[in-house]
Amino acid sequence: MTDATNNGGPVLAADGTPLKKSLAKALRLQKMRALGLIAPLLIFVMVSFIIPIGSMLFRSVENGLVSETLPLTVAELQQWNGDSSEPPGEEVFSAFVADMVVAIEAKNHTRLGTRLNYEKTGMSSLFRKSGRKIKNLDPAVDGPFKEKLIDIDKRWGDVETWRTIKTHSVGITNGYFLNAVDMRRTPEGAQSQPEDKQILITLFKRTLIMSLAITASCILLGYPVAWILANLPARTANILMILVLLPFWTSLLVRTSAWKVMLQQQGVINEVLVWLGMVPDDARLVMINNQFGTIVAMTHILLPFMILPMYSVMQTIQPTYLRAAKSMGATNWTAFWRVYFPLSVPGIGAGSILVFILSIGYYITPEIVGGTKGVFISNRIAYHISSSLNWGLAAALGAILLAVVLVLYWAYDKIVGIDNVKLG
Amino acid sequence: MKLSTLTALAVTTALVAPAAIAEEMTIVSWGGAYTKSQKNAYHDPYSEKSGITIINDDSSAEAVAKLRAMNEAGNVTWDVVDVVAADAIRLCDEGLAMEINPDEHLAPAPDGTSAADDFGDLIVSDCFIPQIVYSTTFGYRTDLVGDTPPTSVCAVFDTEAYPGKRSLEKRSINNMEWALLCDGVAKEDVYDVLETEEGQNQALAKLDTIKDDVIWWSAGADTPQLLADGEVVMGSTYNGRLFSVIEEQNQPVAMLWDAQVFDLDGWIIPAGLSDERKQRALDYIYFATDTQRLADQAKWISYGPARASSAPLVGQHADLGIDMAPHMPTDPNNAKNTFLYNYEFWADYRDDIEAKFQAWLAK
Amino acid sequence: MPDAAQNDAFVEFERVQKSYDGETLVVKDLNLSLPRGEFLTMLGPSGSGKTTCLMMLAGFETATHGDIRLGGTSINNIPPHKRGIGMVFQNYALFPHMTIAENLSFPLEVRKMGKSDREAKIKRALDMVEMGAFGGRRPAQLSGGQQQRIALARALVFEPELVLMDEPLGALDKQLREKMQFEITHLAHSLGITTVYVTHDQTEAMTMSDRVAVFEDGRIQQLAPPDQLYEEPDNSFVAQFIGENNTLEGVVKEINNGIALVQLDDGELIDCNPINVGVGDRTRVSIRPERVEFNKDRLKEGTHTIKAEVLEFIYMGDIFRTRLRVAGNDEFVIKTRNAPDQVRLEPGAQIEIGWLPEDCRALDA
Repeated sequence: MTDATNNGGPVLAADGTPLKKSLAKALRLQKMRALGLIAPLLIFVMVSFIIPIGSMLFRSVENGLVSETLPLTVAELQQWNGDSSEPPGEEVFSAFVADMVVAIEAKNHTRLGTRLNYEKTGMSSLFRKSGRKIKNLDPAVDGPFKEKLIDIDKRWGDVETWRTIKTHSVGITNGYFLNAVDMRRTPEGAQSQPEDKQILITLFKRTLIMSLAITASCILLGYPVAWILANLPARTANILMILVLLPFWTSLLVRTSAWKVMLQQQGVINEVLVWLGMVPDDARLVMINNQFGTIVAMTHILLPFMILPMYSVMQTIQPTYLRAAKSMGATNWTAFWRVYFPLSVPGIGAGSILVFILSIGYYITPEIVGGTKGVFISNRIAYHISSSLNWGLAAALGAILLAVVLVLYWAYDKIVGIDNVKLG
Repeated sequence: MKLSTLTALAVTTALVAPAAIAEEMTIVSWGGAYTKSQKNAYHDPYSEKSGITIINDDSSAEAVAKLRAMNEAGNVTWDVVDVVAADAIRLCDEGLAMEINPDEHLAPAPDGTSAADDFGDLIVSDCFIPQIVYSTTFGYRTDLVGDTPPTSVCAVFDTEAYPGKRSLEKRSINNMEWALLCDGVAKEDVYDVLETEEGQNQALAKLDTIKDDVIWWSAGADTPQLLADGEVVMGSTYNGRLFSVIEEQNQPVAMLWDAQVFDLDGWIIPAGLSDERKQRALDYIYFATDTQRLADQAKWISYGPARASSAPLVGQHADLGIDMAPHMPTDPNNAKNTFLYNYEFWADYRDDIEAKFQAWLAK
Repeated sequence: MPDAAQNDAFVEFERVQKSYDGETLVVKDLNLSLPRGEFLTMLGPSGSGKTTCLMMLAGFETATHGDIRLGGTSINNIPPHKRGIGMVFQNYALFPHMTIAENLSFPLEVRKMGKSDREAKIKRALDMVEMGAFGGRRPAQLSGGQQQRIALARALVFEPELVLMDEPLGALDKQLREKMQFEITHLAHSLGITTVYVTHDQTEAMTMSDRVAVFEDGRIQQLAPPDQLYEEPDNSFVAQFIGENNTLEGVVKEINNGIALVQLDDGELIDCNPINVGVGDRTRVSIRPERVEFNKDRLKEGTHTIKAEVLEFIYMGDIFRTRLRVAGNDEFVIKTRNAPDQVRLEPGAQIEIGWLPEDCRALDA
């Protein structure tokens, strides 16, 4: 060592190559081998996770359909002043007919109609109906088209139709994100949705608040259970653990439906209460199709996710800690609160993160037992994915949800510390 | 170079392999009793005739979204899909379903009437092959309505005469129309009124009067269950579901046919199938939608066949042995006051009204 | 101190029994009393009941029967946190989420002590175990020995009169253990606190304690100072358990003037000190290896000697350890000091060995 540094030159390996270089070579080989071993997993994660999420995020801003379907029209519309009260001139109409003839051939015009219908009601039928007639026009000889189109459907003479096309002709749009927060893209910039269509912000808030409530009730119910499990002999604990895990072995729908049977007005709990005379027959408790029912059912479904990390953390807390605390004069409560509880916080943290993240993404249970007040933002996402087919909006909602989770995760890291999360 | 050849080879093998196994096709439908009726009336006879194995997939509820995803992935695995007419229209608009020429692709009626005429107006989209007429209507608990069973759909809005919960579908379609009808709007004006902001508000205001008394359902099985449990005094659902509660489960439930909303269900063939698969799908469709087959389906489920020529052939229920004709939504006794779902209107207004409806629900 | 008067007793166990399952007793009729300031060790193999006794004293287990008294008052119904007993646990039980200073502060805080008092006491306690500079660290940042000191300081910081230690040195390596043994004894004596120490390591018990209670089968087999325990074991379990021991089996032939004549199973006769045997009883004869003599010159006139064959000679530095076959026992060991004139026995040699009759104790079989 000292010899080499004294020489001033680089340290050499036995074969004369610089030591750093041969070390790097050896390490690179190791790394390549390690990479080779995890390659299947990496590829799997890429294909099944990263790429879909990436494409989802991209879909929330991607808006190529208008400019791809109507390239000439979009170019011509640049010249048209969207603020004017006059519909665009003949050049836009003839470009439009040229575009439409191509689009109809490729059957793209109805897709465009569906896309624009998200923004302006009626566009869907306008494109479908007009398509049948524009199909018979020849852009080269049948002009001028302005009159003809307005003849086909008077909405072509409406400034709003063209403003909608122009506003949504950009390739990358913030429109879906604006929609996702109860706003909309207009020629005048972002504006609030009319009040009677505002719902998503409410649902985001409700999702967060109810997920917090579910997480809190999971903590309250799960903590004692985990504590008992962790302090029982292994044999008994294992049997009880099966009971905790039992819900996992039943289908989600069955479990949720079982709650319906329990909680509905003619259900088990109400029947018992009426029979006991604690509740009058004509004023049975409403416990389902509302937030209460959703919280109860979701707490039940997600409870194992809270108990398991808590249990495995509590198992590592030696009973001697409590004894030590008591031997030093602490009452049972002080020993628990000052010693046991702080040591179990990593389990609570891990369980809470799991339960919270799972619950903000849940939609089946809220859909079944949530009624109108218990539905989550995920129910809207599901609706836009499978019913309205507005995948851009669904993607934007999903992206916001993802961002909210990441922000909360970051906040948790700042407040509690992420290294304070243990699964056991 | 070598790698890409290999990949290409692998891909071709992967694509070709399933086709080579050939003799099976995937038919997507709604599951449950409905798929069973199709299996009995269509699939089994067709398999027997052609030797093709039919795989059932109960994904119709998400058919549009799934077909779109399959289309984007470039790998459509379905051969024939059962969808409601509104979905067929959207699939056609999106270019996800194949256009059909009724006279070329469908069997004529036994008396020689062309398929186009036999189906008539029910062909609401170029891609849609009608199969059944069903209706969304109300059922009520006979033991909970006293001596005056409801005769009008407006009983739903009359919580004084018929106290108790009622179940409605958790979406705007149908509910908005009924609300306007019961708020004094004439049947022929309903959609004109609903086009306007004021009309939409009027409908929501009417619904608002019973909002606290409604349990909102999202699965067709909900209302039958709620009726059977006595949770609701009346509720809307598909007429076939009510038939099964009344006739098969013998629950104290009766049909309120008034202002039933007719809707259609039928087949589409996904766009972009290989020629071979497309040919097979068309062959199945030709067989499964002929006059006799459509009439046969009504032996197992109380939905009306979509062909005019099938109606006289509707017989008895296969297990219960009761005449099915009086249970068809199209039966003259039931169809005294009907309402036809306006596809065109909802294709345009669904996004808008649904957003308002959901916002109203969440309030 | 060993002979402290009964009425001076600080800690007393009176006819204490403990059963977990209602069928077997893990502690059988325990009677024990300690005067103030005594360092008593409970020694025994695992399962002998010693830890249960300690836990009953600490209040973590309740006695099934009998009375435990502290300073004259019964503590059977006093919960652990009101007993004011300091305790050091086997795994130290330092609270991992608190710093060292917070750990030490804990017993003072629950006693509602003011901040300045607390700090003074914490400093004194840390200095006492020479860990004054570590107050701000977390337990995980300390070595095992350091954690052990902190555990000790924490048990002492609230100045209890009685400290219990449950195998506190079990996790340390040999050298550190020996050092800590010395420090703990030193601290306990200089502070004048009464200590009950549980261990299964007899060396630890011998070097640290004023008295040792040897536990086996839920009973105290012998309670005595270390030297007495070693040299005058009351029964063959204690003889075997404490120190190295040679055992020969035989029958007591006669007892004359306090000397028993024992006929070993192979017929040889030896003289022994009868402890708890009578004529005709079978006996286990116990002789410590260092009390065996093979140099006839050093034996008393008329001592019985018996033949032995050298099997193995082991050089151990300070001593020689020689394994013999005596009266059919291949594990008979003698230890001799490595002195300039000491003979190194060769394996195979036939020798005669003997001992003073009082060193050879005829115990129960």
